[in-house]
Amino acid sequence: MNKRMALKSAAAALLLTITIGSRPAAAQDSLLNVSYDPTRELYREVNRVFPAVWQKQTGRSIAVNTSHGGSGAQARAVLDGLQADVVTLALASDIDALATRGLVAKDWQTRLPEGSTPYTSTIVFLVRSGNPKAIRDWPDLVRSGVRVITPNPKTSGGARWNYLAALGWALRQPGGTEATGEAYLRRLFAQVPVLDTGARGATNTFVQRGLGDVLLAWENEALLSREELGADRFEIVYPSVTIRADPPVAVVDAVADKRGSRAPAEAFLRFLYSPEGQEIAARHHFRPRDPVVAARYEQKFPPVPTFGIELFGGWPEAQARHFAEGGVFDQVTTPAH
Amino acid sequence: MNGRFVRPNPLPGFGPAFGVTLAWVALIVLIPLTALALRPWSLGITGVLASLESPRVLAALKLSFGASLAAAAINVPLGLLVAWVLVRGRFPGRQLADALVDLPFALPTAVAGIALTTLYAPNGWIGGLVAPFGIDLAYAMPGIMVALVFAGLPYVVRTVQPVLMDLPAEVEEVAATLGARPPQILVRVVLPAILPALLTGFGMAFARAVGEYGSVIFIAGNMPGLTEIAPLLIVIRLEQFDYAGAAVLALAMLMLSFTMLGAVNLLQQRLARRAR
Repeated sequence: MNKRMALKSAAAALLLTITIGSRPAAAQDSLLNVSYDPTRELYREVNRVFPAVWQKQTGRSIAVNTSHGGSGAQARAVLDGLQADVVTLALASDIDALATRGLVAKDWQTRLPEGSTPYTSTIVFLVRSGNPKAIRDWPDLVRSGVRVITPNPKTSGGARWNYLAALGWALRQPGGTEATGEAYLRRLFAQVPVLDTGARGATNTFVQRGLGDVLLAWENEALLSREELGADRFEIVYPSVTIRADPPVAVVDAVADKRGSRAPAEAFLRFLYSPEGQEIAARHHFRPRDPVVAARYEQKFPPVPTFGIELFGGWPEAQARHFAEGGVFDQVTTPAH
Repeated sequence: MNGRFVRPNPLPGFGPAFGVTLAWVALIVLIPLTALALRPWSLGITGVLASLESPRVLAALKLSFGASLAAAAINVPLGLLVAWVLVRGRFPGRQLADALVDLPFALPTAVAGIALTTLYAPNGWIGGLVAPFGIDLAYAMPGIMVALVFAGLPYVVRTVQPVLMDLPAEVEEVAATLGARPPQILVRVVLPAILPALLTGFGMAFARAVGEYGSVIFIAGNMPGLTEIAPLLIVIRLEQFDYAGAAVLALAMLMLSFTMLGAVNLLQQRLARRAR
């Protein structure tokens, strides 16, 4: 009796699993966009506007969902089987990781304009109101008594941009070499009291806990913090030169082909480049690529001299040299013996 | 033995229950842990050893296990005290206090971490009291300890409490009438009876502290070699898509924990036997 009941319930459970698991994949009326943390507000609006555009183009309805998290963790989730139709991440190297494992075509960066980066941002300093420590440029960060808040480049995509921005400035100084760059980084990280695991965590440490004199942040995060917390509490300082951070986007080919969602997935990414999409990006503090939209937001995004990831030989090289196990970041943060 | 793996048991339904237990333990515990144990060897034995012996890894392991042992050791006397007050004391709000002890079980670890950080940060209520003296609580060793003690406390209280309840107050009273002074009662009458339970509580609090990630990460400061716990190092390796390296660390932690918990269990069994 008992045995039969157990068997029956096991069979029922199995049947249920199979029915749920094998729902037809034909319904491509939804898209999953796997993104990183600071794009929450941006994609909330894009997801609201894009379905209307798609409806007008094709007469079909579509729902877009977005999941957010640390860029690396999100890439890993897709690697482990999260069915993302598109990824919109913080670093090209995270999409490269998907490409190495065959989920995204190797040439993903050439499939969309501007190296598949529809919007850009940059790394700026957020300081407390009145700038009490008079922080104007990179050398001020390593003055004694200045405490710098930046997350851990190992766990945060944004922190990797911070790190490379600092290194790039040092390299471009007269007489700058790899050695002087690393010396600057060593001094810089000696001023960091807390290494949060993500960009939002670092923002909280700086804003809510009152720790540190300057926060290295994405420009979009800095603008958002000021908007949310009041412009009278913080100031944004643009250093003499900084990095152009370009967060990339791509269709996840393996998933899009399996689910039959390639058309809406590609349309979704192209929408980000359209004047309407660019306008939304600019409103949510990302620098637009479109010159017409950019002109409208000149006040918000002051021109600042930048260098790109090319200075470090591209992402694969920067990743291997600086952020791999035992790389330059590990070396400059190990206490000298 | 009559050639069968499990001897027939007169209990009704033992067969199916045993089957389900075996399947469940295999599915939930054994298979994932086996997969974990197999994962690192793609690096080869030298690769596995090399990925363990960097000073940063050793510092993280030392911090994780050292702080967890210390937190469990702090939790034993404090947990005993709390359990004793809850069992023997009669005061208004006792049931509320009793329920509060369970909160660390239920609270999401991130919430605990953020709440503790808010309190102990230099601009927090408690952190602000000692900050003028140059003492850091959050983002330093004391912060890590606070988070680990918080997570482990209910384990000690909840393992000791029922044993204390079963120990009639009369036993303590009889000892007193026979002339034992309070410290003697505690050491010679009460402690021997609850020692096995205390050890179990110690083991559980320790195990929980070793695995604790969510709350520590907010309050630790996470500086490599100083306040970086081993579970964070595992996450960092995962971020580098270094699955095998992460598995090496996980396996090392698993083996260390297993050895320590095994020792605690052995000691506890020996004590229980002697008590009989």
